[in-house]
Amino acid sequence: MSKKAIRLQIQQLRKHFDETKVLTDVNLTIEPGEFVAIIGRSGCGKSTLLRLVAGLDQPSHGSIVLDHEPVTGIHQDTRVLFQEARLLPWKKVADNVRIGTQHNDRESALVALEQVGLANRADEYPGILSGGQKQRVSLARALAGHPRLLLLDEPLGALDALTRIEMQQLIEQLWREQQFTAILVTHDVSEAVALADRVILLEEGVVAMDTRIALARPRERDNGFAYYEKTILDRLLEPKERGTIHPDHHSASAFAI
Amino acid sequence: MNPKKERRWINAVLPFLIPVLVLILWQIASMGGGPKAALTPSPFKVLQTFLKMVESGELLRHTLISTNRAVSGFLVGGAIGLILGLVNGLWSLAERLTDSSVQMVRNIPHLALIPLILIWFGIGEESKLVMVSLGVFFPIYLNTFHGIRSIDPGLIEMGRVYGLKGFALYRNVLFPGALASILVGVRYSLGIMWLTLIVAETVSAKSGIGYMSMNAREYMQMEVIILSILIYALLGKLSDSLAKLAERQFLKWHPNYRKSAAKGDGRLVKKSYPAANSTAS
Repeated sequence: MSKKAIRLQIQQLRKHFDETKVLTDVNLTIEPGEFVAIIGRSGCGKSTLLRLVAGLDQPSHGSIVLDHEPVTGIHQDTRVLFQEARLLPWKKVADNVRIGTQHNDRESALVALEQVGLANRADEYPGILSGGQKQRVSLARALAGHPRLLLLDEPLGALDALTRIEMQQLIEQLWREQQFTAILVTHDVSEAVALADRVILLEEGVVAMDTRIALARPRERDNGFAYYEKTILDRLLEPKERGTIHPDHHSASAFAI
Repeated sequence: MNPKKERRWINAVLPFLIPVLVLILWQIASMGGGPKAALTPSPFKVLQTFLKMVESGELLRHTLISTNRAVSGFLVGGAIGLILGLVNGLWSLAERLTDSSVQMVRNIPHLALIPLILIWFGIGEESKLVMVSLGVFFPIYLNTFHGIRSIDPGLIEMGRVYGLKGFALYRNVLFPGALASILVGVRYSLGIMWLTLIVAETVSAKSGIGYMSMNAREYMQMEVIILSILIYALLGKLSDSLAKLAERQFLKWHPNYRKSAAKGDGRLVKKSYPAANSTAS
């Protein structure tokens, strides 16, 4: 495939709504094909950051550059997976996915549905699907157009624990196959550690921590996993301490054994 | 018969129970004789008149004329209501400009305008067209506007992310999203359509069912008067059934309508769309 994953560069990004400053100074570079998770307490601006990257909102200051092109609005290589599935209830599942395809064709919609394991529900209305199935259709719709950047805005927040883990595995598998750049906003540290190459903590409008997760994929929930989970969670719970954590990889692997 | 079949049979018969009962009571009442008997013709006599007028083609002619007026008024008023509802629902500038004027006019009972409209447009077809259009306009306008405004903004945003704009956004998201509400407006306005036409034809007309009825009054043909009332009831029921059918056809996806289709009543429809009741002018 000629299309490559997108490289994302965010510089001095600032966003305020009237008097409220949500993002004060965000600087971040995301390499092509990287899977980055953004975590933070609620109201820390992580969803706002994602909306700015998606081009749904305009920054107050600073720039977001995709490859060499600054984001000015909605970009056709960028797709968003929202918290809710946002399927059109009056369209059958396959027709919902067709919206995401490049030439509105049923064939690629069915291929995308096959990838999420829902090809057999193509001719049903979304109303009768479960929450997890709806979100899978939504994922198929997002991936049907072969995006180079996928933005995930807490898409698994409303799902039950088991469905959630299944969805995480599905997202990881499709990301490895299709090699797009992915940014996941989540409040679930364990989800971030399970999926991301890098976990970024957003606090008081700036990047407060940037941790690389050096665990092999697919990730087991073993000691190494627990180590990262605990380190990040501890950092999240004491907001006064500033600075970036660079975990000692040797000790992490020692933990794992 | 198993209980399930039995219940279905009862459900099928139940709606006709009251009309049949009324017919029986009516027949009994009209058999009393005396001077009042001429004023209450028996159902049998009405049926005879009906057959006679069908044979002469008179009934069909009047019914077609009335239906033609009703439908053309509905199309004109409905189209204007739909377009204005869409425009005002989508552009707040347009809403600010026109909505308060529309609300002012809406609160005038449109039947009160009959004298004015008769003077302006005469007793010909135009005045009926204007009256029916005016009556039909408001429920369609209000429900279209409400329907557009109550679309989940998340869906519109989703549409934007997937590059839908202009007509594609309208066709895929806005219109289907508002359709449930629009159809409630259609159903409501069909009632107003007949009501307005009956009044307009009764007050002044040279043809149509309303004219038939008023003309019969001059000659004290009670059975013709009652017949025209029954025809109106049938036409009203027919158009409501058509609207219901349209709802079932176009809102297949909607869980509420699926349920109501199975049960065969509109109870759930009203429950989930409270705006339907508030649109009464």
